[in-house]
Amino acid sequence: MIPLSWYLTLAAALFCIGLYGVLARRNAVAILMGVELMLNAVIINLVAFWRYNQPTVIGGQVFAIIVFAVAAAEAAVGLALIISIYRRRSSVVAEDMNLMKW
Amino acid sequence: MPTFDPANIFMWAYKFLGWWLTSLGLAPEFVLFVQLFAAIGMLATVVLLIPIFTIWLERKIAGRFQDRLGPNRTGPYGLLQSFADVLKLLTKEDITPHKADKWIFNLSPLFGVLSIITVWAVIPWASTMVGADINVGVLYLLGISGLGTIAIMMGGWSSNNKFALLGAFRAVAQLVAYEVPMIITLLIPVMLSGSMSLQSIVKAQGQMWFIVLAPFAGVLFFITSIAEIGRAPFDLLEAESEIATGYNIEYTGMKFGVWMLQEFSHAFAVGPLFATFFLGGWQGPYATEIPVLGIVYFMLKSFFGYFMIIWVRSTLPRIRIDHLMSLNWKFFVPVSLLALIVTALVDKAMSEFAPGTGVAGRAIVLFTANVLLVISVIIGIRNAAHAVRVKEEGDDHAEHGDAADSHDDHSAHPAPAH
Amino acid sequence: MSITLPQIIFLVVAIGTLFTGVMVVVARNLVHAALWLILSFFGVAVVFAMLEAGFIAVVQVTLYIGAIAILIIFAMMLTRKVMNDTEPQTNSQWVLSLVVAAAAFIGLAGLLNATAWSPLQAVSLEGSVAQLGRALVEPNQYVLPFEVASVLLIIALIGAVAIASEKN
Repeated sequence: MIPLSWYLTLAAALFCIGLYGVLARRNAVAILMGVELMLNAVIINLVAFWRYNQPTVIGGQVFAIIVFAVAAAEAAVGLALIISIYRRRSSVVAEDMNLMKW
Repeated sequence: MPTFDPANIFMWAYKFLGWWLTSLGLAPEFVLFVQLFAAIGMLATVVLLIPIFTIWLERKIAGRFQDRLGPNRTGPYGLLQSFADVLKLLTKEDITPHKADKWIFNLSPLFGVLSIITVWAVIPWASTMVGADINVGVLYLLGISGLGTIAIMMGGWSSNNKFALLGAFRAVAQLVAYEVPMIITLLIPVMLSGSMSLQSIVKAQGQMWFIVLAPFAGVLFFITSIAEIGRAPFDLLEAESEIATGYNIEYTGMKFGVWMLQEFSHAFAVGPLFATFFLGGWQGPYATEIPVLGIVYFMLKSFFGYFMIIWVRSTLPRIRIDHLMSLNWKFFVPVSLLALIVTALVDKAMSEFAPGTGVAGRAIVLFTANVLLVISVIIGIRNAAHAVRVKEEGDDHAEHGDAADSHDDHSAHPAPAH
Repeated sequence: MSITLPQIIFLVVAIGTLFTGVMVVVARNLVHAALWLILSFFGVAVVFAMLEAGFIAVVQVTLYIGAIAILIIFAMMLTRKVMNDTEPQTNSQWVLSLVVAAAAFIGLAGLLNATAWSPLQAVSLEGSVAQLGRALVEPNQYVLPFEVASVLLIIALIGAVAIASEKN
């Protein structure tokens, strides 16, 4: 019998690891990998709550599937943006994208 | 002690192992673990031993197609040829290229073979023998082929060789592209049987095989599977003359042997998958009463599928990479979507308006719908090819016509001047 | 209270997933980071399977490993000038990010463990795949989010192709 708090703690830990990856990495693709980790943590949360609170209502799984679709769309557009930026500026390091800084 | 049941001998052996271990006094969870481990070990061993036979079979049959004998020196009829090949590969020097990523270089062939063995976990061998009867078996197959794609990508990248990387890019592009029509055509047996579990799909073909209900989908699945395994005519991934052998150029010795094992095992996995989805799997006379007969029927059908793969390989020339990709996106994807829509509409219309049709009636209606679909697709292709040919001839005429027109303009120019 | 076998399995899987997650954000070589990411996706798929959401587990493997991870690896290989990275991978504010992430985790974990959640009910989840399929297309269930998600995917497809194509 695994208590629900264990799943939620795992999701929180994965989320915070992804948060560190987003805040501390220089390469834009590495930042995107951190974002994917955070999304995975969110989906673990959703599915855990579905299983423990309302396992007979199928809406929990539908929610998780819609989040999967949104994550895929966001990854595709984000990577297309990164490739386009690389073509113009020859660098994907996030610190080099400083055209709009003061 | 479980009663000895010769008709279901493998399940009897499984239960006997469980009974024997329990009588030794071990905990039931541990007994289950040992039972499953033994079953998995046996399945993986059989899956890894079959390529030894199919490699010999392939070389003999391909040789006969090319009007020659094939290997016949090593052992009677060349049966020991696979062992000779393995011995040769084991004694070759094992080179890791300079500055190649050692861990990934060594692990990617293993991930390739891993992705093939895990496919066999969901294929039903008989009415009582299936590795894991998960209720999302078809989706599991799609996920595992994604894993094989990653293995090829890693193999190409970790070789520290630009040609290997290019070959890996092309391979991944082809594999990911041809997954789309493969999955769309796999949805048709799922629809006709109402479940994604492979055992349920085979059981739903008890009356009529799906190759009769959806022949067009079967042919499309077969073609896209051949593209998925990288076999001729889609074998640009490993063509020696085109891309310098592609992603496995830096692999030598037994690591190359493992890539070849992955390719041959994958080629043999398509036969059983085609047999499961469209040819009725283990179905046959008396297959449910005597499960061991189910294994025999299943093997016969899958070897027939493998023979067709060798046949196609020996007959057709290679397709260029851009023709391959445009064939997929401009032909296979729309046509498979069309087949899915037509099958869904016809099946639903039949169950709404004529709910009492028996198996034969449903088969005739769906088969006719498929024939009409094939005729309309062929007419569509003919019109498209005709339009392309007219445009090309129109361009030729335009070139000659411009030269003639310019002469006319020069001669007619002074006339309206006054 | 003794530890049961499912709890041991969960602990092993959770520690494996978190370890591979840490290696993703710490690895210097980016392609290694992508491979650690694939392993952490596997760990998350195992967690889904333990939550008896088999369909979601297989969708995780298919979508994240079979599509998104390949996209990330492709993007990584198309946006590098040399084959190996030798420059540092963390920017100048990594200490502050570590503090923020650690504080967020401590806060979340404390809050989650202090709340009394309802225990697990043993229900039979047979036929949930068919139920899910029906829920996604029935008019009084979830067909609207389904259609909106498909429009979103088409827009993302067209947008990604438009952004990443070469303009001469």
